[in-house]
Amino acid sequence: MRPSSADEAVEALRVAGAEGRRLRARGAGTKLGWGRPTEEPDVDLDLSGLDGVLEHNEGDLTAVLEAGTPLGRAQAQFAEAGQMLALDPPLGPDDAATAGGVFATGDSGPLRHRYGSGRDVIIGIGVVMSDGMRARAGGKVIKNVAGYDLAKLFTGSFGTLGVILDVVVRLHPLDPALATARGRADDPGRLAAAASRLAHARMETMAVDVGWSGGEGHVLARFGGQTAADQARAGVEVLSEAGVDADVIEDDASVWEAQRSGQRADEDGAVVRVSSVQAELPRVLRAAERAGAAVVGRAGLGLSWLRLNARPDPAEMTDAIEGLRAELAPAPCVVQDAPAEVRAALDPWHEPEGPGLVLMRRVKARFDPAGVCNPGVYAGGI
Amino acid sequence: MHVEALVEEIAGISGEQHVVTDRDALRTYESDGLMHFSATPGAVVLPGSAEEVQAIVRACHRAGVPFVARGAGSGLSGGALPVEDGVLIALTRLNRILEVDLDNQRVVVEPGVTNIAVSNAVGPDHFYPPDPSSQIVCSIGGNVAENSGGAHCFKYGFTTNYVTGLEVVLADGELVHLGGKEVDRPGYDLLGAFVGSEGTLGVTTKITLRVIPSPEDVRTMVAFFEGTDDAGKVVTDIVASGLVPGAIEMADQLCIQASEAATGVGYPKDAGAALTVELDGSAAECEARFDEVVRICEDNGATGIRVAEDDTERALIWKARKAAFAAMGRVAPSYFVQDGVIPRTRLSEVLGQIAELESEYGLQVANVFHAGDGNLHPLICYDGSRDGEAERAEELSSRILDACLAVGGSLTGEHGIGVDKKKHMPKMFQEPDLAAFQRLRCAFDPDGLANPGKVMPTPRLCGEVPGPYRQHPLEAAGLADRF
Repeated sequence: MRPSSADEAVEALRVAGAEGRRLRARGAGTKLGWGRPTEEPDVDLDLSGLDGVLEHNEGDLTAVLEAGTPLGRAQAQFAEAGQMLALDPPLGPDDAATAGGVFATGDSGPLRHRYGSGRDVIIGIGVVMSDGMRARAGGKVIKNVAGYDLAKLFTGSFGTLGVILDVVVRLHPLDPALATARGRADDPGRLAAAASRLAHARMETMAVDVGWSGGEGHVLARFGGQTAADQARAGVEVLSEAGVDADVIEDDASVWEAQRSGQRADEDGAVVRVSSVQAELPRVLRAAERAGAAVVGRAGLGLSWLRLNARPDPAEMTDAIEGLRAELAPAPCVVQDAPAEVRAALDPWHEPEGPGLVLMRRVKARFDPAGVCNPGVYAGGI
Repeated sequence: MHVEALVEEIAGISGEQHVVTDRDALRTYESDGLMHFSATPGAVVLPGSAEEVQAIVRACHRAGVPFVARGAGSGLSGGALPVEDGVLIALTRLNRILEVDLDNQRVVVEPGVTNIAVSNAVGPDHFYPPDPSSQIVCSIGGNVAENSGGAHCFKYGFTTNYVTGLEVVLADGELVHLGGKEVDRPGYDLLGAFVGSEGTLGVTTKITLRVIPSPEDVRTMVAFFEGTDDAGKVVTDIVASGLVPGAIEMADQLCIQASEAATGVGYPKDAGAALTVELDGSAAECEARFDEVVRICEDNGATGIRVAEDDTERALIWKARKAAFAAMGRVAPSYFVQDGVIPRTRLSEVLGQIAELESEYGLQVANVFHAGDGNLHPLICYDGSRDGEAERAEELSSRILDACLAVGGSLTGEHGIGVDKKKHMPKMFQEPDLAAFQRLRCAFDPDGLANPGKVMPTPRLCGEVPGPYRQHPLEAAGLADRF
């Protein structure tokens, strides 16, 4: 089903709720393989028809995007005004990923270091729930504490509470120039120490990333502003003091594109997102090395994506992931991309039973009274 | 209500010396920073640990007695106003910094720790950005409840962007951990939903905060203008140039005069507006762009510019700004402060409307505000001893909020709804929006015992999911109707 207006989407939810039909909203479908494997939904709600940038308030640095709006297209529009949405996850083939999909999955990219993830740039939301109730939370101003922050609650909820119809976001100015300081090392400890020095330095970094593959790695710090290159040179000094070979990259778009694409798997491969802390980075790199996985990570945040190549036998992939989890415990290791057999054989969410999950189930029960919103896909089988 | 029966149990948990029931002593807790609302709680308890908080909340839940958590009591929306005959849980004794983990840029604190103590604990190389003007007294627990902002949030964000983990006692006494030192833990962002929930979803007992490296350089200046229109154009031009200053703060003439009288920093009393601009970050970048800010001010008719040459002068500029509320005592015996937000591009229009309202009501309104993010703080001055003046001031205050909402703004940018602005909620939100809020509230606190009577415009009860109807304690007491 492909509604051409928000009203039609609301009606679709109301009917699905009333008839007890399981409904899954989708944008471009670039992340449909995430979460627990579920049966095909009764209603596949394709939101690609809701694809308008409803508002771009240049002077106020805000915008309203319908859920089906391709994020890349919106970014191009913002860029014409010298602005950006500071949210840069990998957008999939043809940059097709939509605003609704990116927010519903809580995906993010290197800019997360400075600007946060979707939860940090969203300032308002329009949703519809399974009883057909259409509601808004937040507003259109960048500072607002009126009412509960349901925009954050729906961000990353995988469509299990209702369907996102539109998001209101805060924008940031594009930097007049960009430059990157890059360091290289073949020792995980030295690489992580250099990244830590950068993350702790009194410098204004837009992103501090690491990459690791086949026994060698790099650390990247991106700077913006009129003096981006000067700042990057200062970054190189910090890296050199930390004992790694370092250089400045002024034309740096491709190295950051590689960091973003490193968050997604090749066909039949897998990606495990590890939520840890900065100081654990050496352990994450070593565990990845042993598992034959490549890594991209936000060094200042302790977030890493471990990319495993396809294995002939899915059971082997499952074992490798279980091994990583055991080695990196208690850090949650969420399986994002992976063959369905693998996602069926283990809990992709890696979330133990406990009071937190009980509370999540209570939230689910209140927001999705009919229990039809993408059931089973989420943590704890929600 | 059975609060008397509860007192003994609570005294057994926290010790008699930490329970207040004396009528005179209870008066201390009747109000928070918003003094025109007051209510006497049945008892005040000052627990000494998270376990004690949990036991107290569990006891309240069993007895069906509502409870309100309170930090420093400096809130400006009545969020910590006690429930008459309920239990007030004052978290002042939970004031320990539990861990400073600079390797991971995290600090773990108890809720009673003051905001400034966090930056002090990690300085000078790191700092905690949210900086409400009350930061030397206000508590982190209160900041979490209100999602506090401050002068530097245009660039750095709000409390919600810096809390990575919470330990929360839910209204039934269950202890849950939301988030942690890590980001992106699996599951719903209940942390994001909790921050700013004004104490209605539970009581925070531990908070994990993200701290960030201090800026390499800070450049602060204040420019004076004939009026707020000129200063407003400066803000527009600065933002249009792609600059993101650490802070852009504006004060109008009445505010300048009051601040000057209070602090004597040497501001010209005839200036129509003062604009404080602070650039921070890379020294190279500050150096490259500071002159640009000065030029923008000059191009828009600045009558004087004062650049802070050292930390002492910078501190003076901020003293003048942060003293603005307190200084208003020199202008009028009382004032209402509003916290409305507008899209920044509508600044001139809304300030014009406020000036018209001043004439219409014959009352003075001083304006001091976070200009970068459009967060106004009109101070409506009145003399309560004059017949009907307080009522007129309150009406004027409401009409300013109406003006903010009419241009697509918000009722509150950082002070919270509390009891103060709850009656205005239906002007900003439709009924289904409020019903969606209530769904969250009911998931966390189906019995409505955590800080009832705040945020939502009218008392609402939660239907059971699923199960038969049972009478609610508030309903039995005739305090609320079932929706």
